Amino acid sequence: MNCCSQKPIMEMPSGERLCKTHFTEYFESKVFNTIRKFDLIGKEEKLGIALSGGKDSLSVLNILNKLSKQNPRIKINAIAINEGISGYRDRTLETARDFCSKNNVKLHIFSYKEEFGLNLDDMLKILKVKPCTICGIFRRYLLNKKSKELKLTKLATGHNLDDECQSILMNQMRNDIAASARLGPRTGITQNEALFVPRIKPLYLCTEKEVTAYAFINGLLDSFNECPNAPQAFRANVRDMLNELEQKNPGTKYSIVNSFLQTLPFLKEKFKGGIINICSRCSEPASNGVCNACVYLEKLKRKVEA
Amino acid sequence: MAKIHVNAFIGRENKNAKLKLENNSQVIDLLKKLKINPVTVIVSRNNELILEDERLKDNDEIKILSVISGG
Repeated sequence: MNCCSQKPIMEMPSGERLCKTHFTEYFESKVFNTIRKFDLIGKEEKLGIALSGGKDSLSVLNILNKLSKQNPRIKINAIAINEGISGYRDRTLETARDFCSKNNVKLHIFSYKEEFGLNLDDMLKILKVKPCTICGIFRRYLLNKKSKELKLTKLATGHNLDDECQSILMNQMRNDIAASARLGPRTGITQNEALFVPRIKPLYLCTEKEVTAYAFINGLLDSFNECPNAPQAFRANVRDMLNELEQKNPGTKYSIVNSFLQTLPFLKEKFKGGIINICSRCSEPASNGVCNACVYLEKLKRKVEA
Repeated sequence: MAKIHVNAFIGRENKNAKLKLENNSQVIDLLKKLKINPVTVIVSRNNELILEDERLKDNDEIKILSVISGG
């Protein structure tokens, strides 16, 4: 059934067909409802938005920017990390700069080269590791460290329903339920907030297709390219399997995430006892005496000096 | 029955394809021919999103944009 006399552009799993205006309203309401339902944002915040320049983070920024304009006590800052991936990040950063400049959002850019002395492309020539492993460690490290330096109260990311659904199933398949205990729409909150800046996922209940449609309609889909290091075989397999199931049984992804949310409090309770140390070298959070970022920096240093 | 010709830009592969389809074909027929799961893409014509049951016309310029991104 069509929502109105305007041409429909998206069909919901319920069968309802929404026009451009009603889809935008539906999408933004869904994000605001997610924020309320999971208590993601308080009355007064200095929010950071981890901005890659891709459709997900630009959509989060676009919506939180609207929220900030309605509520002056909610301030927003965008943080972008330049890993140094040639032919990819330069273009997405340009999109990020362009959006922030047009929308008067303060953008902070930090690079691996300036912070660690090497960009990711150089690191991968020195160390034989999976690109996403080392990149993820350094990106998380910088986002947390810089968020603390900027005195951000929370950091919003562009993770969507598809991302979460894939992570839930991947953790099940790897028998790593402790990792699932760290998922959810808000993470890091129960930990030591002086060490971790809490992360929030406003797009938690939005499918990747919905986010793409919203980004397309709102002119946020300019830089639509894929990281050359992205194809991780396992995640890609899980993603393809989920998309096949979703095509045959619409609503599958939502059901998986929704049922996971009912078990999440039990998982958080079971795995809450983990001790978080402080890295002896950089004072960032660490599961051992030295954090993973410092371990890899040491390996890189040794290889360069050898 | 007359056939129609459609030009499709396939975003994920960054390539264009020229396809011959049955008259009155819908977007879903185009995606099936290209073996693309509709869940993984949005489809536009003249910069407007169109649904899977939209009828295609001769010489339509269609963009098939992947929703899957990385990084």
